[in-house]
Amino acid sequence: MKTIATFSVKYSQSLNPAAELNTSLEQLATAGIHSSDLLDFYQSMLLIRTFDTKAIALQRTGRLGTYPSCLGQEAISTAIGKTMHAEDVFIPGYRDAATLICRGTTMQQILLYWGGDERGMNFTGNNQDLPYNVPIASQCCHSIGIAYAFKLRREPRVAVVVCGDGGTSEGDFYESLNAAGTWQLPVVFVVINNQWAISVPRSKQSGCTTLAQKAIAGGFSGEQVDGNDIIGCHLQLTKAIENARAGNGPHLIEAITYRLSDHTTADDASRYRDADDLQQAWREEPLLRLRNLLLNHQLISESQLEAIQSQCNEEVEACVAEYLAYPPQPNSAIFEYMYQQMPCGLKQQLSELETQR
Amino acid sequence: MPNLTLIEAVNAAMNFEMSADKNVLVLGEDVGVNGGVFRATDNLQRNFGEMRVIDTPLAESLICGMSIGLAVQGFKPIAEIQFMGFIYAAFDQLICHASRMRNRTRGRLSCPMVLRAPYGGGIRAPEHHSESTEAIFAHVPGIRVVIPSSPARAYGLLLAAIRDPDPVVFLEPKRIYRAQSEMVEDNGVALPLDVCFTLRLGCDLTLISWGAMLKETLEAAEYLAAIGIDAEVIDLASIKPIDKVTILESIQKTGRCVIISEAPKSGSVAAEISAIIAEEGLTSLLAPILRVSGYDTVMPLFKLEQQYLPSVDKIVKAAQHVMEF
Repeated sequence: MKTIATFSVKYSQSLNPAAELNTSLEQLATAGIHSSDLLDFYQSMLLIRTFDTKAIALQRTGRLGTYPSCLGQEAISTAIGKTMHAEDVFIPGYRDAATLICRGTTMQQILLYWGGDERGMNFTGNNQDLPYNVPIASQCCHSIGIAYAFKLRREPRVAVVVCGDGGTSEGDFYESLNAAGTWQLPVVFVVINNQWAISVPRSKQSGCTTLAQKAIAGGFSGEQVDGNDIIGCHLQLTKAIENARAGNGPHLIEAITYRLSDHTTADDASRYRDADDLQQAWREEPLLRLRNLLLNHQLISESQLEAIQSQCNEEVEACVAEYLAYPPQPNSAIFEYMYQQMPCGLKQQLSELETQR
Repeated sequence: MPNLTLIEAVNAAMNFEMSADKNVLVLGEDVGVNGGVFRATDNLQRNFGEMRVIDTPLAESLICGMSIGLAVQGFKPIAEIQFMGFIYAAFDQLICHASRMRNRTRGRLSCPMVLRAPYGGGIRAPEHHSESTEAIFAHVPGIRVVIPSSPARAYGLLLAAIRDPDPVVFLEPKRIYRAQSEMVEDNGVALPLDVCFTLRLGCDLTLISWGAMLKETLEAAEYLAAIGIDAEVIDLASIKPIDKVTILESIQKTGRCVIISEAPKSGSVAAEISAIIAEEGLTSLLAPILRVSGYDTVMPLFKLEQQYLPSVDKIVKAAQHVMEF
C-alpha cells in the first residue's frame, strides 16, 4: 500500500483567553487590523451582547416570541460581518443577529421577526442577503446557487454561509460542500461550533476529530479558529473570503466557541449541561479578553468603556422603543407576497377573512 | 410548423427561452452531454454551454436548493429531477424555502424557478419511477403545479412556467412523452397559467382529467358519444391553483362530473375538485361526483400497473353510472 493523499487541518488563535496577543499591535496593523478596528470590534460585540440581553428580557416579559440568544458567539459572528464586503451575500442560520447588524439589518427588524412579524425579514442595507433560515443547514444549498451566480456573471463577490456544529450532520451540508468543491465556487462555509445542538453535545454529533475536515471530503480546505478570538477570526476570514474572491475556490472555517445561553428562550440547558463546563466556558468568552487587551495596551480607559456601554444601552433602548411602537400588520399581510399576483382563490379567502372579522 | 412530440415540445420551449433570455439556466442530473435520460434537454448544452446547462452532482436537495440561490440572484433556473420518485429529497427545499422566499422577505427576494419532473405510470418502469403524487405539491402554498397533456400545451405551459415570477412544479406525463405528435409553432408564445383547457364541449356530463389520463378520458368521451352521451372534457392543466370558474361553469351546464386521475384516491387533487364542486356547485348537481383513480396503495411493479391505472372501460362505466343516477 502507498499513501496517495494526505490532509491536515490547522488551528489558529491570535488572542487567547488571558488577553495575550500572539503578535504585536504593530504587526497586527500591518496585517490590516488597526487599534481603531479593535475598538470598533469591541463596540460591535458589546452592542450585540446588550441587544441580546435585552431581547431575552423582552421575551421573559411577553413582548417577544421565542428568541435564540447569541451569547458567547459574538466574536465569530461580528468578525463575519466586519470582514465581508457590502456586495457579498450573507446566508445566515438563525443565531446570526450580530452579523446581520454589522451588515445593516436594524435591531428593530430583528426584533420584529422574533416578535412574530415577518416585516423583519425585509432587510435594509443588505438587501440581497438571505433571510433567517430556521431549518438546519438547508441554507448551504442556497449559498451554492448564489456563488454559482457570481461565478457565472464573473463578479468578484463571495457567498458566506453559516451553520452550526449540528448542521454539519445534515445532508444539505454535505451536498453543498460537494458541489462547492466540484465547481470551485466563491463560497466560504463558516461552521460556528458552539458545542451544542440543543441538548446534544459536539462529542455525540460526529466522530470526526474536527468538523473542519469535512471540507476535505468536499475537495477543498478547512481549518479551525478560536471562535472567541475576533482578531484570529477576522484574519482567517479575510484570507478565506479574499481567496474565494480571487477565484481560488471555497474554504471552510470551523469557529470553536461556546453557546453560553440556552438553545432558545424555550429551552432549559441546565437539564443537560454541566454547570462546571459552563463556568469554564465563561472564562473563555470573547468580550472579556478583547476588553482586557484594550485596557492592557491603554487603547481605552475604564471611563471610556463605561461610555461605550451607555451608548450601547441607549441605542438598544431606542430600537426597542421603535419596535414596541411598530404599527400592527393588517390581516391582508397573510395573503400578500404569496405570489407576485394574488390568485383568485386567495383573493376569495382574503375576502372571507375580512368579512368574518 | 414542426411536428413535435411532448418531449420535443418541452425541449423546444427550453431552447427558445434560453435563446431569448440569458438568465434562463438548466440544471440537473445527466442534463448536459446526455441531454437528460428522456432527452428533454437534448442539445441544450451544445447550444448554450456548460455554465448554463449544468450537470449537477447526484443530489436532489442540492438541485432544488441551488436553484433557489440562483433565483434570488436573478436567474431563472429550470431544474430537472430525473423522476418524480426522487423528488422527495428536494421537498424540504421546495416547501421550506422556494415556496415562501417572497412571502418571508415581504417581496424583497423571490424565487422564479421551475422544477421539472417526469411523472406517472404506464411505461413498465422499475420501482419509484411511476408514481403520481401531484397532490402533495398542490398542498403547498406559494407554488404552482402544472401538468401538460399535449405537445402544444407542454410548449406553451412550460414557457409560461419559466416566465412566471414564482416557483412552478412542472410535471410531465412521461407515458405520453412520445405518444403523439402535433404541429407546434416554435414561436415563443406562452399559454396562460391558472386556467383549465376545455378539450371537448358537451352537455351531458363533465369529465375532468390531467396529464396522461386525458388520453383515456378522450377515448372514453368518443365511446360515450357513440352511445349517445355527450361528454365535456376538461384538461385541468393547472393543478394549483385550480381554475374553479371553468369547472363550475361546466358543472352548471352538465350537472354531472367524473374526475379521472392515476393518483391514489384519498386526499387527492380529484378530492379537491370534488370539494370545490360540493361547496360551490351543489345546486347544479344531478348525480354524485365520481372519481376514477388509482388506489390507495403503493404503485405496483409494472406487471400489475395496467390493473392499477384507470382504463377507458372504468371511465365509461363511471360515466354511465352518473348518467343513470
